[in-house]
Amino acid sequence: MAKMWINMGPQHPMTHGLWNLRIEVDGETVTNSEPVIGYLHRGWEKMVEDRTYPQIIPMADRLCYGSSYTWSHVYCLAVEDLMELEVPERAKYIRVIADELQRIASHLMWLAAIGPDLGNLTIFLYAMRERELFMDLFQSLCGARMTYNYTRIGGVRNDTTPEWERDLVRTLDFFEKRMVEYEDLVDRNVVFRMRMEGLAPLSAADAINLGVTGPSLRGSGVDFDVRQDDPYEVYENLDWHPCVQPDCDVYARYRVRMDEMRMSVQIIRDALKKMPKGPVRVKPPRYAPEGTGMARMEDPRGESLMYVIGDGTEKPFRLKVRSPFFVTLSAAPVMVNGCKVADVPSIMGMIDVCMGETDR
Amino acid sequence: MDLSLFPNAIAMTIDEFKAWSHEVVDELGRSSGIKRLVDKATAPIWSWAQRNSLHPLHFGIACCALEMAAASAPRFDAERVGVVYRSSPRQTDVLLVNGWVTKKLRPALRRLYEEIPDPKWVVAMGECAISGGPWYDSYNVVQGVDTFIPVDIYIPGCPSRPEAMIDGFLKLQEKIKVEQQGTFLDD
Repeated sequence: MAKMWINMGPQHPMTHGLWNLRIEVDGETVTNSEPVIGYLHRGWEKMVEDRTYPQIIPMADRLCYGSSYTWSHVYCLAVEDLMELEVPERAKYIRVIADELQRIASHLMWLAAIGPDLGNLTIFLYAMRERELFMDLFQSLCGARMTYNYTRIGGVRNDTTPEWERDLVRTLDFFEKRMVEYEDLVDRNVVFRMRMEGLAPLSAADAINLGVTGPSLRGSGVDFDVRQDDPYEVYENLDWHPCVQPDCDVYARYRVRMDEMRMSVQIIRDALKKMPKGPVRVKPPRYAPEGTGMARMEDPRGESLMYVIGDGTEKPFRLKVRSPFFVTLSAAPVMVNGCKVADVPSIMGMIDVCMGETDR
Repeated sequence: MDLSLFPNAIAMTIDEFKAWSHEVVDELGRSSGIKRLVDKATAPIWSWAQRNSLHPLHFGIACCALEMAAASAPRFDAERVGVVYRSSPRQTDVLLVNGWVTKKLRPALRRLYEEIPDPKWVVAMGECAISGGPWYDSYNVVQGVDTFIPVDIYIPGCPSRPEAMIDGFLKLQEKIKVEQQGTFLDD
């Protein structure tokens, strides 16, 4: 049979973002593939060269809308490294808690997105129902549902209230009970398991060579987590461990993300216990010194990195973003080639697409 | 209507005859008032059906797409006002633009708009789709979706909350109710 190229995108229910996966099919089998990106490119790195340092925080929020908090966090970390600021201890704990809340919200969005892909609308409804609880927590913390603008260079905008901490503990208790429902619905569903197990093997060597990070890498059995290997904020004081699965298939990537949600709950509980009292913000200088600053952290999608060059003015000279999904997407041909067309949505959904950070 | 062609009708090609006969029927309906009568009688039924089953295109662009998903989730439940997402443009009647439109996306979006059958409406959701928003000085972002397709409803916010989106669709329902398009949609 003659081979032919198919465009899956830019408007396709599989994409979960705005991109185009071109696949060459021989009958039902994918023989070649090529991701086409750039539909959301807005020149982010060039634009921020014309903004002052505090003005970039809301821009960083809009870099990846699935996990906007972590991106403003990594930006503030990089600028603090440039300005050599020491952040108060309480602010570090609040940042870690917000980070993990954002990780849960982002993973819930991923779970909601793969549900309809694999033919299960109920999991979409369940996951979005619990995501609203975390949106409520963020809303009472900083006033916004999605783009928070909460971190500041040298701390966070405002302190938490005792009521917020009470609500947080209640939400986590409630969420842990609801996690069992998801697992009942997915892990014990034979159809789901058949569509995920043994699909799209990505060996540890391939994953490392392609630069894959985050849950996709840990799903290949590599114990790498920036929170553990290059700890930032207060992660080394907290009681946690990275979630690793050795199976290298789609189901392992799914399991890693589900375990990470549980682990985030554990981290937040531990951080709430150890959180000291004190100020949450120091005043940063208006003008950054000449030099460079770098920060990396564990985004819900992998390792995110920002590298900022200051030239003594109130605006950065250059701001480089290392986006985790941009690199992970290069592994898409390796995973997709050789599988059936019907498996493409479950493979691509399972690496958690976010195009805002990829195209920048 | 060019009635002077009437004696020559038999000598026309088939395409010419089709166009000409369509025009004759249309003109007869218009001049005799039948068309207006039918429109007036059917418009409330059509507008009731159109405004209560708005099917937007399932096309997530950027941040507002997550709020679009949240609006169809259990807490906000946009389905109760008839908003159901369809993945094929042939099955939809609303183009919901929820994000910035770049130069690479613009031809694809224009084509999606053309693929939606009439009657169709366009909703611009969020600051980026309305006017470029935070990317006002970007070299690659089209400053507002209304520069190349006609927009009916603007929903402000960055990103718009799900309540705002549902409110925008209620406004669109009011607009459809006022427009009162009848069976003959062309006038």
